[in-house]
Amino acid sequence: MYTASDLRKGLKIQIDGEPYIVTEFDFSKPGKGQALYRTKMRNMITGVQFTQTYRSNDKFDRPNLEERNMQFLYAQDDEYHFMDTASFEQIFLTKEQLGDNLSFLIDNMEVQVLFFGDRPIDITLPTFVNLEVTVADPWAKGDTSGSDTKPVTVQTGFQLQVPPFVEQGDKIQIDTRTGTYITRVKE
Amino acid sequence: MLTPEGLRQRSDLLRAIRLYFFERDYIEVDTPLRLPVLIPESNLVPFASEDCFLHTSPELCMKRLLARGCSRIFQICHCFRKEEHGRLHQSEFTLLEWYHKGWNYFDLMGQCEELLCTLVHQCSNASGTSPSGQLRWRDRWITVTPPWDRMTVAEAFERYAGMDVNEVLRAGNFDEILVTAIEPRLGQERPTFLYDYPVELGSLARRSQKNPAVAERFELYIAGVELANGFSELVDPQEQRLRFLREMEMLHVMGKEAALPEKFLAELPLIGEAAGIALGVDRLCMLLRGETDISAATPFIFEEL
Repeated sequence: MYTASDLRKGLKIQIDGEPYIVTEFDFSKPGKGQALYRTKMRNMITGVQFTQTYRSNDKFDRPNLEERNMQFLYAQDDEYHFMDTASFEQIFLTKEQLGDNLSFLIDNMEVQVLFFGDRPIDITLPTFVNLEVTVADPWAKGDTSGSDTKPVTVQTGFQLQVPPFVEQGDKIQIDTRTGTYITRVKE
Repeated sequence: MLTPEGLRQRSDLLRAIRLYFFERDYIEVDTPLRLPVLIPESNLVPFASEDCFLHTSPELCMKRLLARGCSRIFQICHCFRKEEHGRLHQSEFTLLEWYHKGWNYFDLMGQCEELLCTLVHQCSNASGTSPSGQLRWRDRWITVTPPWDRMTVAEAFERYAGMDVNEVLRAGNFDEILVTAIEPRLGQERPTFLYDYPVELGSLARRSQKNPAVAERFELYIAGVELANGFSELVDPQEQRLRFLREMEMLHVMGKEAALPEKFLAELPLIGEAAGIALGVDRLCMLLRGETDISAATPFIFEEL
């Protein structure tokens, strides 16, 4: 069990049988008054956010959350199938559950899958991924237009700005937290 | 955490406070931090220290010194309150507390105006004050030249929340409305005194003779920050005992127990008329430095230790 005094940004708690993450937190306590824990929370399954003020005697269950190493196998319709690299168990998440992660997910990629009980609810990508550039304008040497980046598309369909020397067929490293170009990689 | 420059500013503040009180014939006292019995307060959680507790404020011992014959005393000390962490709270913090015999809470409000004017003049960031008694705080100026705004608690609930304070008390959400709807509005143009608290929210404050539903208690706000809490002291041992028993009952409901401070109650009638006030030194230092978090006004915060 957690008590209200454990609340802080990033804490994961269970309310009405569902896992929530605290996204904003403010402690206040008027003179001679009660401690008030003002929090904003996001439902880790539905993404729905809400705000709530708690008091010292409020208690919360710890959600049964576990991260497991899994490999992305294939997508069929809107189901994305993953395999546990230790037990070979297979599960899937929906396109909706994966959301923006799809911008960087490619076959055989190893990710962390977050389980709430037996139910997969989210994934965490590696911080850096290497993806192939599939569409890029050629580098016009001597281009004096002054722009020091250009847009390219990578194999997942994600578009981003890169330096002008990056060409179609190159592999580039991308920071999955920000979606920004890091460097060109040779493989 | 403070830089050497910030530590000097805090040191200047502590020195200016002491100077202010010495010039007015106060004596500085340093009472024990570890006490075998505390004032029972349902909303404070003390740290245990073997068979004692760390004090949550120096109130109990300082009033006993008044009973012993001191008439003007001040103290700057560390206090300890468990489970208090936030932008304006640290479990260990520095309090300035002072008492003046023969005074009531209005006398203390006047003194707060004088003290804060002096400290703002002497201790703000060099670029932070204008000649006309203004405190530079974030993107604006707060006028500290007296007189300051004074508003009863009932007026504040009416004006800022459109609510009757007695109904709010019955509904049990006094603190919530105070924190969300009222406090952020207080002390924005000039410091504000909020005064005449419901008597159940001033366990150690004297009941008002004009309005027995309120206690002669006030809070000082600057820039929405609660800076000081003062009151005319309750010195009637029978009434004080009943108020303590009520606090102990609320503690009992929460599954906690507390003992009555019998020596304190026995000496209470010897105090006579007096008023006392506690002011958060870390918060004051924060305001003078134009910061919004007390961690930017103390030498260390707990997480760094």
